[in-house]
Amino acid sequence: MPSLMILIPLFGVIILNLVFASNDKMKRAAFWFALALFISQIAVAIFHHPIFWNNSLKPLDSFFKVSFFVDHLSFIMFICIGMVSIASLFVAKYTITEEGGRFKFINLLILASLGMSGIIMVKDIFSLYVFMEITAVSSFLLIAYPKSLESLEGAFKYLILSAVATVLMLSAIGILLLASGGTSFFAIASGIAEARNSSLIVFAIGLFICGLFIKGGLVPFHGWLPDAYTAAPASVSVLLAGVVTKAAGIYTMIRIVTSLFPYNQPVNNVLMLVGTISIFVGAIVAIGQDNFKRMLAYSSISQMGYIILGLGTGTGLGIAGAVFHLFNHSVFKSLLFVNSAAVEKETGTCDMNKLGGISQKMPVTGATSVIAFLSTCGIPPLSGFWSKIIIVIALWQTSHYAYACLAVLASIITLAYFLSMQRRVFFGKLRSGLEGLKEADRGVLAVSIILAAITIGVGVFFPFFFNIFILPVKEILVR
Amino acid sequence: MNINLTFLILTIIAALWSVMGRSLLKATIGLAATSALISILIFRLDSPLAAVFELSVCTGLITAVFVSTISLTKPLTHKEILQASKDRFKRYWYLPVILVVIGIALVLLKVRQDFIMAPVPALQQDVRDVLWNFRRLDILGQVIILLAGALGVVILFEENKRNER
Repeated sequence: MPSLMILIPLFGVIILNLVFASNDKMKRAAFWFALALFISQIAVAIFHHPIFWNNSLKPLDSFFKVSFFVDHLSFIMFICIGMVSIASLFVAKYTITEEGGRFKFINLLILASLGMSGIIMVKDIFSLYVFMEITAVSSFLLIAYPKSLESLEGAFKYLILSAVATVLMLSAIGILLLASGGTSFFAIASGIAEARNSSLIVFAIGLFICGLFIKGGLVPFHGWLPDAYTAAPASVSVLLAGVVTKAAGIYTMIRIVTSLFPYNQPVNNVLMLVGTISIFVGAIVAIGQDNFKRMLAYSSISQMGYIILGLGTGTGLGIAGAVFHLFNHSVFKSLLFVNSAAVEKETGTCDMNKLGGISQKMPVTGATSVIAFLSTCGIPPLSGFWSKIIIVIALWQTSHYAYACLAVLASIITLAYFLSMQRRVFFGKLRSGLEGLKEADRGVLAVSIILAAITIGVGVFFPFFFNIFILPVKEILVR
Repeated sequence: MNINLTFLILTIIAALWSVMGRSLLKATIGLAATSALISILIFRLDSPLAAVFELSVCTGLITAVFVSTISLTKPLTHKEILQASKDRFKRYWYLPVILVVIGIALVLLKVRQDFIMAPVPALQQDVRDVLWNFRRLDILGQVIILLAGALGVVILFEENKRNER
């Protein structure tokens, strides 16, 4: 019944707009519907019971000609999507005061999550593109909907660069269709295996990977990302940083590289080079930022680099490390963006020069930020430490000593800019004018505490979590 | 010079006109011309249905939407148009140069001046059959994109109307 992951949100949005859009009281149902939807999504992904995933809904599936495919990597992505969407939902409840605006936001959030679920389950490269577009269109609208000059500019930049990515990927799909006679993953993998040295296929692979680099916001294709994250409303920043770029860019990259385009030395080299450049450019530029959200955006670019670096090793351990870091980054970056939303809402600014000492007034926000940034820097025993160390070990095992050393070195730069952020925003003497500051509302605090608990829990119970959820991901290499 | 190459060169000139044209209306006309020429090329490549789609949607519908939108904007004065034209030329002067250089390089390298038909796998079914019987999930996806687009129109324009009141 995996098709329910698409059909329930779709019909849910239609019913919400037809039945519940009439008055503000009824619009509140949208929040509870979305919350129930995302919690169910997490539950079915955690327990991955065969009754749900292996049986088809005969009349619906045959009508829509749906044939989905899920594995351990998909389950991890479903958990990330559900978790980050819930965080975004609570931030929206906290920051969007008008009921109508919140209702529209929730509709788009459900559509974006539907698009990401489709990306994760399809086994056809053209369908993958269609679901990427659903996610992208919902994301443009989510960024643009406050309709401020900044948000429209951010949405426009994302739209233009996303269109460039679309052109690259569609061209690649066209060439691959000609070369292999089909668009299913199986047909393309067979076609590529038969014509391995064809320059046209290499060209198509290059185009597709460049498109995914844009979607994932990796250097040098990252131009849209800082503007989009900064200009978007707080709840949208959580969603974009937490999961959208990961599902549309990084997850697809992992799936495509492991299932379709065979690992070889040039592909590995490109991935590791782009990963390392992203790590350093993101980290170095983050140091000079004054805007809290913009700094987190550059930090995201840097952390995405680690995921691509792990993927570039081409080994089972490297891929497991990359997926583990993807999950961890979803958790701690969402936590940081949730906290930045709380700071922005309560103080009215994200400019770090105007903040200071707010931990005294917002102790939970301050404390959970410390946990998130320590995990980002890879401090033991938090979750970020384990995923980074696995990536470094995978690099060492494949004799990429220089890349391993650079990955460790970049963690020190990460520590430097996060310490600076923590000192400027949360520690020290309370800045004048902030005496009346209050802690964020209970919903947002609950989300922060849960995300911080996941960061600590996954780190402390690392062997259990890694063996049950992450290590089976290695199977994708065997197919 | 064969007919396909002539159409290709005309397409490039029309696209260049869209980018470098002095007004939005002329850019739209250039875009429509580009699209119409591409439709002819697609038709000559034995894909009549794709050509009809390109002609009706890109040349017709999108041009109509653009022209309607432009008609709602405030027109520039003659002086502003001249300034915009100068700025545009300054910004994109290299585009025709690059195209001429590429053209000269192709002639010097004696690249075959005709379309080489790629070995297209023979489709057993008509395109309509393929769309409805094999790509129904993609059609569902397109419907969802339209739904998101409709929500976008509501979100981006409804409140403006409220503000105007």
